[in-house]
Amino acid sequence: MRKFDTKVQHLKYKVLREVARQAWNDTLLQNIVDIPKTIVPGKTPTMRCCVYKERAILAERVKIAMGGNKDNPNVIEVIDIACDECPAAGYEVTDSCRGCLAHRCEDVCKRGAISFDYNHVAHIDKSKCVECGQCAKVCPYSAIVNRKRPCQKACKVKAISINDDNAAAVDNSKCIQCGACVYQCPFGAITDKSFILNVIDLIKKSGNNTKYKVYALVAPSVSSQFTYAKLGQVVSGLKELGFFTVIEAALGADMVAQAESRELFEKGFLTSSCCPAFVQYIKSAFPDLLPYVSHNLSPMATLAKYIKETDENSKVVFIGPCTAKKAEVQLETVKPYVDAVLTFEELQALYDSRDIDITVLSEDVLENASYFGRIFARSGGLCDAVAQGLKEQNLDFALKAAACDGIEECRTALLKKSKNVLDANFIEGMACVGGCIGGAGCLTHGEKNKSDVDKYGREALEKTIGDAVSILKY
Amino acid sequence: MKVTVCIGSSCHIKGSRQVVEQLQRLVAENGLDDKVELGGTFCMGLCRQGICVTVDGEVFSVTPETAETFFQEKIKARL
Repeated sequence: MRKFDTKVQHLKYKVLREVARQAWNDTLLQNIVDIPKTIVPGKTPTMRCCVYKERAILAERVKIAMGGNKDNPNVIEVIDIACDECPAAGYEVTDSCRGCLAHRCEDVCKRGAISFDYNHVAHIDKSKCVECGQCAKVCPYSAIVNRKRPCQKACKVKAISINDDNAAAVDNSKCIQCGACVYQCPFGAITDKSFILNVIDLIKKSGNNTKYKVYALVAPSVSSQFTYAKLGQVVSGLKELGFFTVIEAALGADMVAQAESRELFEKGFLTSSCCPAFVQYIKSAFPDLLPYVSHNLSPMATLAKYIKETDENSKVVFIGPCTAKKAEVQLETVKPYVDAVLTFEELQALYDSRDIDITVLSEDVLENASYFGRIFARSGGLCDAVAQGLKEQNLDFALKAAACDGIEECRTALLKKSKNVLDANFIEGMACVGGCIGGAGCLTHGEKNKSDVDKYGREALEKTIGDAVSILKY
Repeated sequence: MKVTVCIGSSCHIKGSRQVVEQLQRLVAENGLDDKVELGGTFCMGLCRQGICVTVDGEVFSVTPETAETFFQEKIKARL
């Protein structure tokens, strides 16, 4: 069964797997230069103009698999030589233009940017065009296309520009680390730095969890991942890798839902703080709204804090769908609690670096959170959980929630709030469309993901937030 | 006295929440709040023996049904 959505992910995975394999064997430094050749053997190129370029790019990927450029604080990095310098000319008339008589394109263009040659074929005057796209919409032959780079199209916060060498460049002051460009670049030229080596190091130095215990916190979106195996086998695989135990990050979501509903009741207006890309977006684009952001740590950090406080001899690794989490753990407020972050992509590489076939393992259990904690993984879940939190704690508050699905909807709601015209008292902000299940670090994205999460939620032993958190003393 | 209940997945499905709730109630009813420090931990590495409860480091296997007897014999009697 297929493990990834794209071949770019598969390539990235192969590099991570090789780097991890060498790291387990303590042979990474000796064999590091041979890794590109292991992945692209022979003389026939399969991806680029020649094997040498392929290997040069792979060498860059190896570097990123090992943590990337330490001088660049952003966890999202461009591999310049991998960028194919895609056309970015904006709206252009293609040879599908039949030189018709109607000239709808000309009529709809308010800027007068369209003219015709002696064959009646349309041309766009770039000095007049404002890229509104109306001409493309009305052309009955779809002859007008928008040539925009996939990375720029994916980046809704407009953090990607084109540098002097015609390669993509990320503006760190605007980037929210959501990873949309990472997932969308067809050449895999933008990628998220990996901390897989830190995780291997943590496990190795734990002396089989005797010197300290390595806890794996797994995000609830895992229920839509590793679809070729059972969730219980994913858990067994983690223990096989050397983790001491596996806990649902969704329990942290239950803790957050309880605290956040109280906070909302006290303050009267709140935005969520679970999605690090959403919070980063408020910081960079709407700093005036920062006081409205919930003071709760994210579910990951909340639960990790609890673990660190109840077991002083612990290390915490978060495993999820998110590239922005890699940036979140670098924040001073989160750093003390989470030691490393892995994506599901990286976990697959980690399994295979140790030749662990999770499909043949027995099924372990994962049972810590309630239905409401688990549905944080999909858009709208957080709103449902906060409504439930208000109800369970008998807080009399007329919740009017705006569930923002994707960073564009977040922007609209934040813009309205900044102008005091938002008809809501709670904003659930999810940078990825669909919520966490749409995260860039997922192995696969599919139609069934949301129903997988809901099903997993319904299977929870604990039915209320209160029951799930009552087990904790905090 | 430090009493720690395992709240990891394996013990959770066997009923560790019920054990925690019973111990909390019994400690309160017997006025032992200042003598017994109740806590939780995720996994003690003894999943088969669960529900695991430690009393000052000594491990016991408890179920929701035996929680009350356990409290009388191993907690209250030792204070």
